[in-house]
Amino acid sequence: MKKYTYTDKKDTRSGFGAGLLEAGKKNDQVVALCADLIGSLKMNDFIKEFPERFVQVGIAEANMIGIAAGMTIGGKIPFTGTFANFSTGRVYDQIRQSVAYSNKNVKICASHAGLTLGEDGATHQILEDIGLMKMLPGMTVINPCDYNQTKAATMAIAEHEGPVYLRFGRPVVPIFTDADQKFEIGKAWMVNEGADVSIFATGHLVWEAILAGEKLAEEGIDAEIINIHTIKPLDAEAVLKSVAKTGCVVTAEEHNRLGGLGDSIAQLLAVNNPTPQEYVAVNDSFGESGTPEQLMTKYGLDADHIVAAVKKVIERKNKNA
Amino acid sequence: MKSTIQELEKTASQIRRDIVRMVHACQSGHPGGSLGCTDFFTALYFEVMNHDPKFNMDGIGEDLFFLSNGHISPVFYSTLAHAGYFDKAELATFRKLNTRLQGHPTTHEHLPGVRIASGSLGQGLSVAIGAALAKKLNGDKSLVFTLHGDGELQEGQIWEAAMFAPHNKVDNLISTIDFNRQQIDGPTEKVLSLGDLHAKWVAFGWDVLEMKGNDMADVVKTLELAKSRTGQGKPIMILMHTEMGYGVDFMVGTHKWHGAAPNDEQLASALAQLEETLGDY
Repeated sequence: MKKYTYTDKKDTRSGFGAGLLEAGKKNDQVVALCADLIGSLKMNDFIKEFPERFVQVGIAEANMIGIAAGMTIGGKIPFTGTFANFSTGRVYDQIRQSVAYSNKNVKICASHAGLTLGEDGATHQILEDIGLMKMLPGMTVINPCDYNQTKAATMAIAEHEGPVYLRFGRPVVPIFTDADQKFEIGKAWMVNEGADVSIFATGHLVWEAILAGEKLAEEGIDAEIINIHTIKPLDAEAVLKSVAKTGCVVTAEEHNRLGGLGDSIAQLLAVNNPTPQEYVAVNDSFGESGTPEQLMTKYGLDADHIVAAVKKVIERKNKNA
Repeated sequence: MKSTIQELEKTASQIRRDIVRMVHACQSGHPGGSLGCTDFFTALYFEVMNHDPKFNMDGIGEDLFFLSNGHISPVFYSTLAHAGYFDKAELATFRKLNTRLQGHPTTHEHLPGVRIASGSLGQGLSVAIGAALAKKLNGDKSLVFTLHGDGELQEGQIWEAAMFAPHNKVDNLISTIDFNRQQIDGPTEKVLSLGDLHAKWVAFGWDVLEMKGNDMADVVKTLELAKSRTGQGKPIMILMHTEMGYGVDFMVGTHKWHGAAPNDEQLASALAQLEETLGDY
């Protein structure tokens, strides 16, 4: 097992804020919009540097998406910022018609995704957003794993032509990817090569997968861990190559098991190479109030649950053999 | 003026013929609102707006128009064709398989003249505000026009946008409401009253004008007046009083022709009332 360490922890939303500032410096067409959550989205540095390129929309997310779509007409590259729930479910039809169907170059940037939003509870903890967004034709869906990767992804989507959903979170988590990484949309990142099982993880679950990989290694299980930061378009080549080697799969995500990364992988495998798979995901339920750590444990989204899923899927693989 | 009122009226007559023929040919679509707004479209595209039929999506240096009530696509398509955006022969493909002239306007098929998909109501004002903000950022002095249905104002997003535009001094925007007081299920007054629309828009901080939408001279005059009032810190809203179905006697003044197509006999009757002025497609 390749060794991953960290010296610092930060929230992925701060990676977004840092990336937005850099994207703004690099391209003067980049503009930002926010629906009364500047501090939560870490947009302050961009606003300070480019006050004329920022639009405060107020608590009116539908209007924000429409304005962003309109600003692309005239060449702007709008980044909208609010919580993931208000970035997707609340404005689904606006995104569908004015952004996706109209193929507008809007970057929908969503913080506080999933259970790790914590104490605010289920009204704010969206676990369906990946599914909602990936179903839209032409939409790119990205869920980076740490501060550095979120910063790199934010800069990368500014250079990508077309609508993007960028999902990140609230809690402080380990920084274990390179600060100067080049983010390639749609290109999976090999975290650890292994032979016994493929763990495909996204977002906050990538670090949990690494912790799980270390525990599994102690028990003689050699796990391949792949960071699927881009859920759509899915890196089919990387997934199929890994599964051809390992013969079984665990997917891990902070999302409902219906419609998320796991289903994208399952669909790819069903058609190309049917393979035993276990899901580490929320089991079709809403969240609740609690600390992020408590919630991730209660809803089965941590390293221990990944370990258990790996053992189960390897058993299934061996039974089939 | 680029054209006389009589010339504009002749163009409007041809567009009205196109509308009823298009809707008849595919036996679907929305003739009522299209006929009611024909004078507005004609004035906008043949007199008021500075626009280039050699279509460019960004429209830098041009006035832009956004149709928010996308279901009146027949009048939009016919106007664009006569203004030179595409060959009018293409109007025959309206709502048919593989057409660029989808039931509701879309950019998806790359039809020149369309800058946003519309049909799901209430979204166009926000989009137009975005385009107007981009113009300001680009130092582009040209204007943004919109059209909305009155029933469409029942959508909440309209009022989010209504609050935003005056607060942010989006004063390069001229919006118009097709105030025909009809919607699918009946008169707006019965379905969900719009109340005192003039007072509502004034209260939101807009510069509000009213015009007779089926009087070409008044449409041109009011749109020019609206243009003269841009750049003064307020967005402009025109309440355009129209009759749904205007120009075809049996379609006038009822919501029944909101989304219904005429049969052969009705088509003949309608066409007998509308002079062919520029040649049928």
